[in-house]
Amino acid sequence: MKRALHCLAAAILVAGAASAVHAKSLTMAYDADPVSLDPHEQLSGGTLQLSHMVFDPLVRWNQEHGFDPRLAERWERLDDKTVRFHLRKDVKFHSGNEFSAKDVCWTYERLKISPDFKGLFEPFEACKTTDDATVDLVTKEPFPLVLHLATYIFPMDSKFYTGTDANGKDKAAVIKHGDSFASKTVSGTGPFLIAKREQGVRIEFKRFDGYWDKSSPGNVTEIVFTPIKEGPTRVAALLSGDVDFIAPVPPTDLERVKKDPKVDLVTMSGTRIITLQLNQERVAHFKDQRVRQAVVHAINNEGIVKKIMKGFATAAAQQSPKGYLGYNPDLKPRFDLAKAQSLMKEAGLEKGFNATMMCPNNRYVNDFKICEAAVAMLAKISIKVDLKTMPKAQYWPKYDERAADIMMIGWHSDTEDSANFSEFLVMTPSKETGYGQYNSGNYANPQVDKLVLQSHKMTDEEQRADVLRQVERVLYDDAAFVPLHWQDLAWAAKKGVHVDKVVNVMNFPYLGDLVVD
Amino acid sequence: MDTLAFLIRRLGQAVVVMLVISVIGFSIQDNLGDPLRELVGQAVSEAERQALRDEMGLNDPFVLRFGRFLAGAVQGDLGTSYFFKRPALEVILDKFPATFELVLAASLIIVLVSVPLGVFCAIRPNGWVTQAIMGFSIVGISIPVFLTAIFLIYIFSIELGWLPSFGRGQTVTLGWWTTGLLTRDGLAHLVLPAIALSSIMLPLFIRLIRGEMMEVLRTEYVRFAWAKGLSSRRVWFVHAFKNTLLPVITVGGVQIGTLIAYTILTETVFQWPGMGFLFLEAVNRVDTPLIIAYIIVVGLIFVVTNTVVDLVYTLVNPMVKITGRAA
Repeated sequence: MKRALHCLAAAILVAGAASAVHAKSLTMAYDADPVSLDPHEQLSGGTLQLSHMVFDPLVRWNQEHGFDPRLAERWERLDDKTVRFHLRKDVKFHSGNEFSAKDVCWTYERLKISPDFKGLFEPFEACKTTDDATVDLVTKEPFPLVLHLATYIFPMDSKFYTGTDANGKDKAAVIKHGDSFASKTVSGTGPFLIAKREQGVRIEFKRFDGYWDKSSPGNVTEIVFTPIKEGPTRVAALLSGDVDFIAPVPPTDLERVKKDPKVDLVTMSGTRIITLQLNQERVAHFKDQRVRQAVVHAINNEGIVKKIMKGFATAAAQQSPKGYLGYNPDLKPRFDLAKAQSLMKEAGLEKGFNATMMCPNNRYVNDFKICEAAVAMLAKISIKVDLKTMPKAQYWPKYDERAADIMMIGWHSDTEDSANFSEFLVMTPSKETGYGQYNSGNYANPQVDKLVLQSHKMTDEEQRADVLRQVERVLYDDAAFVPLHWQDLAWAAKKGVHVDKVVNVMNFPYLGDLVVD
Repeated sequence: MDTLAFLIRRLGQAVVVMLVISVIGFSIQDNLGDPLRELVGQAVSEAERQALRDEMGLNDPFVLRFGRFLAGAVQGDLGTSYFFKRPALEVILDKFPATFELVLAASLIIVLVSVPLGVFCAIRPNGWVTQAIMGFSIVGISIPVFLTAIFLIYIFSIELGWLPSFGRGQTVTLGWWTTGLLTRDGLAHLVLPAIALSSIMLPLFIRLIRGEMMEVLRTEYVRFAWAKGLSSRRVWFVHAFKNTLLPVITVGGVQIGTLIAYTILTETVFQWPGMGFLFLEAVNRVDTPLIIAYIIVVGLIFVVTNTVVDLVYTLVNPMVKITGRAA
């Protein structure tokens, strides 16, 4: 005990001395703060951003869309259904507890009961520990995305979260609404501890002295995080020097931030696809592939990117962004008004028809402006669109009702894999299978369904890529939906704050590795 | 005695007002959107969402939900915020000091600026300074508050770098009250939001005071005072100004209530951690318990300010009886 205390004292001294040399603090502002400290309460960007600060995943994405080892040092596929992870041995939780394989499986079981995460972990059958430093993840069927999902396994401190809290409730409970131990208290292995949190106002992070990753170049010892909701205020806070790092940068301010000599702007092509869906059940004309093609050819999505998004997006012709397995380089945006008009004529619809359209006005970047532009473009092929825009809170119930003929939907693949887009956006909607949940167009193509399901079980990457590319090709030829663009991501920081090294296309900056001059 | 009876009656009115507000709040909440969407990730299935809705009692009939709400409300429980996971009333009271200090500072600016300017404009109705003030107030009244706010941030935070652009700065805790008024940093953070908020009411008050004062200056008793050979100072500030105040207090009291509504915009632009910002966020997140608690609290504030105004009125003008009966 005494020796342990000495060690601790020495460690604190060393850490103190080390941090005195290059102790840096960072003030940052995002548009919102995380809903909860519980990594399993809500599957959202905010939760993941927080998780990467307070916890560590088994593996994580790098900027080249590959995997870097974190708490898992290495891994190997034992057979079709099993992947073995070898864990680091020198890792401690914030509480002081040792990290071991037990914590990984404990976390896995908790993911399986979280309403937000259990869908993602559905293909898994079991988590097995062979010893303290080895974990086997077993899937029900051969499953290609084990590593993709391992990025979601942020091992929690099982000892810390076991037992009952002051109110006699189970500390491990995942509660979506109402109070819970895990939503307010946290013990992870990550680079930062939460020193103070005033929800909606600020969070203060302190670097964890016992952090295992000694090779991390990160030198930030303190972070003050403030949510600033209004874009112009966020930018003003950066430009006036009140904060060092902001995200997202609103498109209207990109030029201004870029020109300012005191700050750096970092942008990256994003992975969220923005699309319009044409409801074939409500409008019989949309059943005709020529009409759908006409719509896709009439909408100048490159123009929208240039004029409305100010170049702050990448015009799309498919769901998968570049870098995803299913990205098909042959597919190009296809604006061609003359062709669109002739397709309408061919379909016997040169006089056009009326349609209704709904779009959110505070969900995606410039969402309602994009829809207004689309209305004007469709007017050129005599489709007269009656557009209604509304805040997202009202839009989602309307979307669930399929309340308009044309509806906007943006999708980010939670697995960072191409098949996820198709599962939700274009597979035949069905209550039983749960597929096509966001297919408001009611597009149904047995070939697409078959190929996507086939890809779920293929562990050979090459073959799987072929299948997924084929899916994109079929959707393209069929004009299953109207692809618009992938939104870009943008961060801005004071000069000397090297955020460009730690940001990524998933938009969870690895702030533990951030270097500040 | 009269005052006590008056207060008791006002209390009764307050209860009725808040009951009506809660009924209205409750009946519009279904149109605010689906709170579940804000609580769960995009991929969660409709069946899962329905199960959660059942668990939270959102699928119960209106009467049942409202009854449950009333039963809680009489015990001071206005429901639990979905986002903060704490009692809604507690969350609002936490944010109350920030809003109160902002409104107080804005009111102070309004009084300190509008009284001298309004009186000056009344005394010198044709001078070029008056023309300038009146012209400026027309412009002021027609600029929306968020533009004023962004303009102020641009000039004083970005270009000049004198004042902070957002937030409340360093605060001091006095019991349950957190105040920003006791630190330099807190005061510096208060300046821009307070100016932006006061800019809405300032033109109105200048015009109101000017108009009232000019009217008073035309009355018989003022002319008599002039005839008596009193100094102009005494005529303006003792005789005329005092009577100008009466209508100004009545209108002013109601307008202070309106200021609370404008805090929603001001606080959002400045990321001021008060009730107004909280409310707008709650609307975006469809945090219905918080929305309803907010409108009830604000309703209460309106009733209280009106009562205080009525009481102050009797102090300034002893001829008025608050009980309404003939003296």
